[in-house]
Parts: sequence; C-alpha cells; structure tokens
Amino acid sequence: MSRTLPNRREFLCTVGGCAAAAAAAGCSDLTHTSWFRSRFREMPEAEKKTIIAELEKEHSARFQQPVTVGVEPPMENVEFGYALDISRCIGCRRCVHACVDENNQSREPQLQWIRVLEMDKEKGIDFAHADAYYDAESVPREGHFYLPVACQQCENPACVKSCPVGATWKEKDGIVVIDYDWCIGCRCCMSACPYGARHFNYAEPSIPTEKLNPKTHYLGNRPRMKGVVEKCTWCIQRTRKGRYPACVEVCPVGARKFGNLLDPESEVRYVLEHKRVFVLKSELNTRPKFFYFYGL
Amino acid sequence: MPPPPFTEGAFPCTECHDPEIPVNKTRRTLEMSHQEIELKHDEEHRWCLDCHSSTNRDKLQLASGEQIDFTESYRLCGQCHGDKYRDWRVGVHGRRSGEWNGHKSYLLCVHCHYSHAPAFKPLKPMPPPVRPSQLAKGGKS
Ligand code: SF4
Ligand code: SF4
Repeated sequence: MSRTLPNRREFLCTVGGCAAAAAAAGCSDLTHTSWFRSRFREMPEAEKKTIIAELEKEHSARFQQPVTVGVEPPMENVEFGYALDISRCIGCRRCVHACVDENNQSREPQLQWIRVLEMDKEKGIDFAHADAYYDAESVPREGHFYLPVACQQCENPACVKSCPVGATWKEKDGIVVIDYDWCIGCRCCMSACPYGARHFNYAEPSIPTEKLNPKTHYLGNRPRMKGVVEKCTWCIQRTRKGRYPACVEVCPVGARKFGNLLDPESEVRYVLEHKRVFVLKSELNTRPKFFYFYGL
Repeated sequence: MPPPPFTEGAFPCTECHDPEIPVNKTRRTLEMSHQEIELKHDEEHRWCLDCHSSTNRDKLQLASGEQIDFTESYRLCGQCHGDKYRDWRVGVHGRRSGEWNGHKSYLLCVHCHYSHAPAFKPLKPMPPPVRPSQLAKGGKS
C-alpha cells in the first residue's frame, strides 16, 4: 500500500478549505487513504459507508474470505474498566496469544500487545528487574510473580497529547483508539506512553490467511499496514457488542475482569470497592483505567 | 454453567452403590473401588462421607444435613471457603465468559479445582516473545 499521508498534509495546507475540496471531489471517489477524506471522528455517515465498503473489499480480496469492518460507536452510559488479579496470574501467556489471534497482530515480524513481566517476590514491583522473556517447563516459578501489561486506557493519556496530527484519541467509553489511516508513523505517542503499550509496524505486518480474524472494527483489529502504530483497544470489536475481551475469557485462572465502571453491579466495581487495588505509575497522573488487585 | 466434570462412568453413583446395600461408614483406605482418589484436601480431617451423602449416594451433603445435587457443588465448597464463594458469585473469583452486560457463563469450583486435590496445577507457559535483537532477523510468532 502506498503511503501518501505527508504529501496529503502538505497539499491540504496549501490548498486550504478542504471541506470545499472534498465536496468538489465528491464522496463516491473517496478511498481510506485519499487526500480528501475526513478525520474518522468527524466523518459524515455517507463517507463512512464508502470508506468501510472499500476497506472490506480490499481486506476480503487480500485474505480470500469475507472480512467485516465495524464502526460500532461507544454505548450510552458506559465507561469501561479493567481489573487484573496479580495474586492469581501465573504467567502462562495464554492472554498474549489469544490477543494476537483475536486482534490480528503481525506474526512476522512478531508484534504483541500484551507483555507479561516476571518479577521477584522479594523485590516487589520493579520494572528495572522485570523479565518478559522467561521460559520454563511450568509456571508459576518459585519466588516469582507475574504482571501482564498492555495499554492502560488512561483517563489522561500522554499518548493522545503527544500526537501531532490527532490520529489517536480517547472515546466516550474510555477506549483510546488510533485511526491507522491518519497515523503518520512519527512514534511520538510511543515515547510519550509510560507503559510501553504502543507498538510500531517497522515492516509490513503479515498474518497467514487462515489465521485472520475476519470480524474487525475500524478503530481496532482491522489489518494494519507498515508505518503505523497500534495497541490494545480492550477488544473494541467485541466489547462494544457486549462481549468480554478475548484475554478475559482465555485466562485459565480467571485473573482478568472487565466491565462498566458506571454500573455499580459490575465486576470491576466490586473489585474497586472490595479489594486492595493499585494502578501502575500513579505518580504520573495518567490515571489508568486498568487496575491491578490482590484477590486472595 | 457446564455440567459437573464427572469421571467417565462415575455418575449416577447408584449404578454401583445399590441403596439396598448397607453403608460402611468407617473411615478406611478404599480397596474395592476409587483407589485412584488420593485425598489432598484437608485429608487429616475429612473423608468421603463429609461431602458425599451416605443416604442418597447420588447427592452431596452439606454440614446441615441438606442434600444437594452435584450441579450445586459450589454451596458445599462455600461452607468452608466463604470468601471465595462470595467473590465467585459476583464473578470476581474464577473464570467467566459471555457478555459483560448480559448473559454470562460460570464454571463450578470443581471445573478448575479437582475436588479431592484442589490446588491449582502449574501450567506450561506459551512461548516467550522474540527478543528485539532477533526480531530484526525475521523473528516469528
Ligand atoms: S492468561 Fe491469565 S494467568 Fe496466564 S499470563 Fe495471562 S493473566 Fe496471567
Ligand atoms: S497506556 Fe500508553 S497508550 Fe495506553 S492510553 Fe495510556 S499513555 Fe496512551
């Protein structure tokens, strides 16, 4: 796929009045990489339809199966929250691999949204001495505990503030999303994120045809391209339809909890009200909505 | 909730435990059947008939004497593990799947914890990530 984004930027700046230009070009000629398309956040319904149809056609042809690209908006009165029981996690990495499968992460080169850190019980939470590359016949290993880390869906996200083109933003339900077609690949967000949650496609991502999850969302697991940043979206394609994220369902010890922070009956709210809870790097005021707790 | 994880051919218990045969209630090492069960669950203080009913062999039995079905075994576990039972009922202990805002499926305690030796068994971890230094050389998942 040819990346024409910087050119588009220059072009639009010189021309000015892009709304008029888009109107002149006519919506029907729009493609998801076209110079005159709107930002996804402000995209009129008709334009969305054209662009989604184009994307679905492109991906279906490439992966030789019907691929859908959803645009489900946030639900009313829903703000998502996540809670992970670190007294239970055994570091088995089932979540990492279920996430790769669900969210169409590149297999070659490898890209993974969840990273499970092995830490020393003696040292406590200590990122400097954490090991993501542990391997063993069986886990948990004596004297260790495990801390899976992915995007914390911050209430005050450093990544969003750092993006020079507004290609990443926080949605009403709290999910921080990326428009891959608007991302210019500058990686400002990656250096701004204190959790190492963002990953860059240095090479063309590849997914074997039979491994593709064809149920995608525009702001989530649709196939990405070389030169863009991606990260966890709490399975936006599932959760906006009421389902649990894939990692929640796969975790063999049930360490992962997900739900609506505005619903007092939800599992996350129960955790917040009854357990010892903490967030990572709270001193940075990013205000994560990913909570860690001690369930024992 | 999926059905209780019975050992194949074990249920109904009355297939073998004929209600006509009087029950030997003495605590002993079993020699005719169930020898594969090695009790590792407060074995100093517990024995078969603390949880299994001696009057209706197809039922479990609470401390109160109430007989319950195997599908309700969580009530039995909850007698001692009240804190876990409380968390499980609200979906915080254990694994749930389905919808965060709708239909959820639960597992019974015994789907993850073998009732006669309930400690959670260690697992083989899935492969570690490729190191960045290897990634440049074409590291695969
Ligand atoms: S699947 Fe569950 S237990 Fe395994 S590493 Fe992930 S969070 Fe931990
Ligand atoms: S964890 Fe990083 S990528 Fe996720 S919202 Fe916070 S700052 Fe942004």
